[in-house]
Amino acid sequence: MRKILLLLVVLITGVVFTARLFYLQIYNSSYRQLSENNAIKVVYDYPQRGYIFDRNGNLLVSNQPSYDVMVIPKDVKPLDTLEFCQLLRITKNDFIRILDKARVYSPRLPSVVIPQLTKSEYAALSEKMYKYAGFYIQKRSLRDYQVDHSANVLGYISEVNERIIEHNPYYQMGELIGMGGVEKQYEDILRGNKGVKYIQKDRFNRDIGPYKEGVFDTLPTRGNDIMLTIDAALQQYGEELMKNKRGGIVALEPQTGEILALVAAPNYDPSLLVGRERSKNFTKLYYDTIAKPLFDRVLQGEYPPGSPFKTLTALIGLQEGVIDLDERIYCHGGYTYGKRKLGCHHHPTPLAMIGGIANSCNAYFATVYRRTIDKYDTPQEGIDHWRNHLLSFGLGDYLGYDLPAGNKGNIPNSGYYNRAYQYPTYKWYSAATISNSIGQGEVLLTPMQMVNFTAIIANRGYFYRPHIIKNIMGADSIPAKYKEKHITTVDPKYFEPVVEGMNEVYNYGTASHIGVPGIEVCGKTGTAENYIRVNGKRMQLTDHSVFVAFAPMDNPKIAIAVFVENGYWGSRWAGRIAGLMIEKYLKGEITRKDMENFVLNGSLMDEYEKPYSGKPFNINH
Amino acid sequence: MGVVSRNIRFDWWTIILYLLLILVGWMNIYSASLTDVSTTIFDFNQIYGKQLLWIGMSFILIVFILAIDVKFYERFSSLIYIISLFSLLGLFVLGKNVNGATSWYAFGGFGIQPSEFAKAATALALGKYVSDIQTNMKEFQHQFRAFLIIIIPALLIVPQPDPGSALVYAAFIFPLYREGLNYIFVLLGFLMACLFVGTLVIGVNWMILTIVLLALLHLLYLKRRKKKVKLKQYILPVLLAIGVTFSVSYVFNSVFEQRHRDRFNIVLGKEVDAKGIGYNTNQSEIAIGSGGWNGKGWLQGTQTKGNFVPEQHTDYIFSTIGEEWGFLGSVTVVLLFIFLIIRILVLSERQKTTFGRVYGYSVASILFFHFLVNVGMVIGLLPTIGIPLPFISYGGSSLWGFTILLFIFVKLDASNYINR
Repeated sequence: MRKILLLLVVLITGVVFTARLFYLQIYNSSYRQLSENNAIKVVYDYPQRGYIFDRNGNLLVSNQPSYDVMVIPKDVKPLDTLEFCQLLRITKNDFIRILDKARVYSPRLPSVVIPQLTKSEYAALSEKMYKYAGFYIQKRSLRDYQVDHSANVLGYISEVNERIIEHNPYYQMGELIGMGGVEKQYEDILRGNKGVKYIQKDRFNRDIGPYKEGVFDTLPTRGNDIMLTIDAALQQYGEELMKNKRGGIVALEPQTGEILALVAAPNYDPSLLVGRERSKNFTKLYYDTIAKPLFDRVLQGEYPPGSPFKTLTALIGLQEGVIDLDERIYCHGGYTYGKRKLGCHHHPTPLAMIGGIANSCNAYFATVYRRTIDKYDTPQEGIDHWRNHLLSFGLGDYLGYDLPAGNKGNIPNSGYYNRAYQYPTYKWYSAATISNSIGQGEVLLTPMQMVNFTAIIANRGYFYRPHIIKNIMGADSIPAKYKEKHITTVDPKYFEPVVEGMNEVYNYGTASHIGVPGIEVCGKTGTAENYIRVNGKRMQLTDHSVFVAFAPMDNPKIAIAVFVENGYWGSRWAGRIAGLMIEKYLKGEITRKDMENFVLNGSLMDEYEKPYSGKPFNINH
Repeated sequence: MGVVSRNIRFDWWTIILYLLLILVGWMNIYSASLTDVSTTIFDFNQIYGKQLLWIGMSFILIVFILAIDVKFYERFSSLIYIISLFSLLGLFVLGKNVNGATSWYAFGGFGIQPSEFAKAATALALGKYVSDIQTNMKEFQHQFRAFLIIIIPALLIVPQPDPGSALVYAAFIFPLYREGLNYIFVLLGFLMACLFVGTLVIGVNWMILTIVLLALLHLLYLKRRKKKVKLKQYILPVLLAIGVTFSVSYVFNSVFEQRHRDRFNIVLGKEVDAKGIGYNTNQSEIAIGSGGWNGKGWLQGTQTKGNFVPEQHTDYIFSTIGEEWGFLGSVTVVLLFIFLIIRILVLSERQKTTFGRVYGYSVASILFFHFLVNVGMVIGLLPTIGIPLPFISYGGSSLWGFTILLFIFVKLDASNYINR
C-alpha cells in the first residue's frame, strides 16, 4: 500500500481529467456556449411589428423607421469627444455617463447611446460615423400612431430593462417590448421573432462567414397584425366628451362581450411616447400623481357604484323570492332602521319594483336587501348567499379581459364583517350592511365591472368575458375563453321587469330629460358619495356622477357605463355622456346638439382643484 | 569517485518527457502571447522570447547540476535548506511588490521568486532527515521534526501572500507516508478534505447527520462480524469530526474573505457569475470546449487570440492547449505528465539510498500536486488557486525551480549505476 498509494492517486487523477476534458470538448459541445463564445458574432435581424386596426379596419398603429446610436465599449478608440457630442446634441458629462454605464453592462455587448433619432438627425450623423470606432447606428422599427387617442388601450413600446432581460432571455439590451395595453397583452403576436445569424470570426477578429455553415441561424418572422374590437370613431368621440373631466367610459357589445370603447380620462396622445422626447414626456406623465394620466380609471379605478347597483339588489331579491313585482313599499323620506335613517330624495310613494327602479327609491331597495339577508338564519349566511349571486355577475374578481391592468373591486363576505365587527365578541346584523343595498358602503366596482353587469341585464342573464381582440391575422381565432358563455345564478325570467324599470328611468324617472330621440334606451343613474385623504385629513368631495345604460331595449347593441369623478348627480354628466355615446354608435350622428355642446364645453377642473387649494370649500352645488 | 560521463546512465525517459513538456510549453506560450507586431522568436522583449531565454539557461543549469558530485546534494542539503529559508525571510525586507504580492527579488528587468526554489531545498532537507539512521518515522518526535521541516517554508510563503504556493507543501505527506508515517495521517488529511468539501456542499446539519450515520454503519458492520465493540471508541472521533464541521463553517463564513468564498462557490456550482468572479473559469472552459476533437490548430485559437482568458500564458496556459490542440492534444499533455510522474515513482523505488527515494517521492508529489491543482482549476474542477503548471507555464523562476528539482533527482538516480 505504501508503495502504490501515490501511483493510484495519480492514475485516478488522469482518468478524471480525461473524463472532464471529454465532457467539455466532445460531449458538451458548442451550442450551449454559442452566445458566450467571444469568437462568434451574433447579428440580429429585427422583423416589422404587427399593425393594429380597429373593428372597422381603420389603421390605428403602424411602424416608422428609427435609428439608435449604439456602442460596443471595447471597440471604442480615442475620439474627438467634443465634436461627437455636438453631433449627438448631448453634453460631454452625459456622454461620459452613458459610456460608463455601457461599460458596466458589458464591454462586449452593444448598448444604446442615443435612442430614436429622427430621419434628418440620422442623415446628418451617418456620414460621419466612420470616424468613431466602436459606435454604429442600429436601425429599428418604431410605432407610428395614426390616431391621437386610445393611448390607454394601445399601450406603448419601450426599451427592455434589466429585470425583463433577466426573466425573459429572448430580449437583449436596447430591444423594444410592449408595455401596457394591447402592446403588452399581445406582445408575442405583434413582435414576431427576430432572426439570428452567427458569424465566425478568425483570430484577427475578422468575419470569416457563417458559423458551422449557418445551421444555427434563423430567419426573422414578421409580427402578426391584430384587429381590435374598438370602434375608433366612438372611442375618439368619448375622449372628446371626457375632456376636462376625470373618469371613464366603457362600452360593450352585450351579445359578444366585445369592447367598443374604453375611455379613461385624462388621457394622452400616444405619439408622446415615441422619439427622443419620449423619456421626458413619460416622466411628466408618470409624476402627475393627481390627475394620474397613466392610471386607467376604467380598469383600475375602484368606486362605490351607487344606484345602478340597485338593479342587482332587485334581481337577487326576486331570485331569493323575498319580493314580488306587485308589492308596494312606502318611503317616508328614507329607510328607518333602529334609530338611524337612510335618506331618500323626493318622489311618489309607495312604489313597486318598476317604479322603484325608475325613481331610484332607497327605502325600497333597503327593504329588499334586508329581506334577502334576513331570509337566512344568520346574517353571515345571508351575506355569503348575496355575495355568491354577485360573483356570478363577474364582480369581486378580475373579469379575465385581455388588457394587462385591472383591479378586483370589493364584494364583502361574512368574514369581512366578522373581522370588522370583531365577531363573535360583538354581533352584527343585516342593518349594519344596509348601505350595500344602494351601492354604497363596502361595495366597490370598477367601471368595467359595471358595464359587464349592465350587459348581463341587456342580455337577460348571460355574458361573454369582455375582450378587445377581434381578430388575429394569420391565426384561426381569438382565445377560446372569449367564446365561452357565462350565465348568472339569477333566472332569466327575473330580468325582464328590471329592464322595464330601467326603461322607465328615461320615461318618468331620474333620466327623463336626457332621452335619446328615436331609440328605446334603458339606463340607471347613480350619485356616489366619496371621500379622499389629503395630508391625512379625510374629507368628503362632490359626489361621483355615474350612469349605466344599454340600447335598444330589445336586441341590445351597446351597453355602456360612464363614470365622472365629482360630477355630482348621475344624469348631470354621466347620463348625458352615455346618451350621446349611444346615439353616436347607433345613429352615427347627434340630434341633441345643445346637450353635446354642454358636455363638450363643460369642465370640472375647478372641482378637482378644490381639495388641493388649502381653503375650505363647498361640495355638491 | 569522479565524474566519468561515459559510465553514467541518465534516465532518458525522464529527460525526453521533460524536453517534450518544455516544447509543448513554449509553443503554447508563443501562441498565447503572439502579437500583431512581427518579430523573430528571439525578440527578448516579447514573452515568448523571454521564455526561450529561460529555457536556454535551464539547459546550462542542467549541465551544472549533472556535473556536480552527487554527494554534494546530500551533504549540503541542510545548508541549502537554510539559505532558502533566509531567501524567503529576506523578501520581507528586500522583496518587490508585484500585483499585491511580495514574492520577488528584482534584478534589473528580471525577477527571481525564491519560493520556486524552496521546494527543491525542502525536498533535499527532508530526504536528509528521514534517511538519517537515527530517524524513525513511527516515533512522534521524529514525525514532528519532519513536519517542522515542511511547515517552516510554507509558513514563510503564506504571508507574501501566496497561499497557493504554500499549499504545495501538503504534497510532502506522500514521501512521509512512503517512509512509514502512520496511515492515520493520510486518512486524516483525506477525511479533513472530505469534511471541508462536504460541509460546504451539503451544509453543517446534513454533514453531522452523515457523520453519525457512517459511525453507526461501521458499528453495525463490526457487530455483525461478531467483533468486540467499545462504544466509547466512537465518541471522540465523531465529536472531533463534528467539531471540524463547525470550524469549517466558521472559517468559511467568518475568516475567509468574500473572494475566497466565491472561488469555492463557483466550483461547487452554488453560484454562477460568468462576468464577475467566475469570468476566468468560464472563459477558460469556453476556450477548452471550443477545441473539439482536434482543436483549431496551433496559433489559430480564436479565444486565445481575443485575449479573453486572463493570465493565459501563466496559470491558464492549459486552456490554450485545449483550444488549439483539442481533446487529443490536451489528453496527450495529461498523459505526458502522468508518465513523467509514474516514471519518477518507479525510479524512486529503485533507489539504493533512502535519501534518493525520499527525494524522488518528493519530486513526484510536488509535480503531481502542481499538475492536479493547476489543470483542475483550468478545467473547472477545483477552485481558483494560482500555481503554475510545471515546465509549461511562462516564468523563469518556476521553470528553473522545477528543472533543478527534477535534475537533481536525475543525477541521484544516475549515481546508482556508477558503483555497480
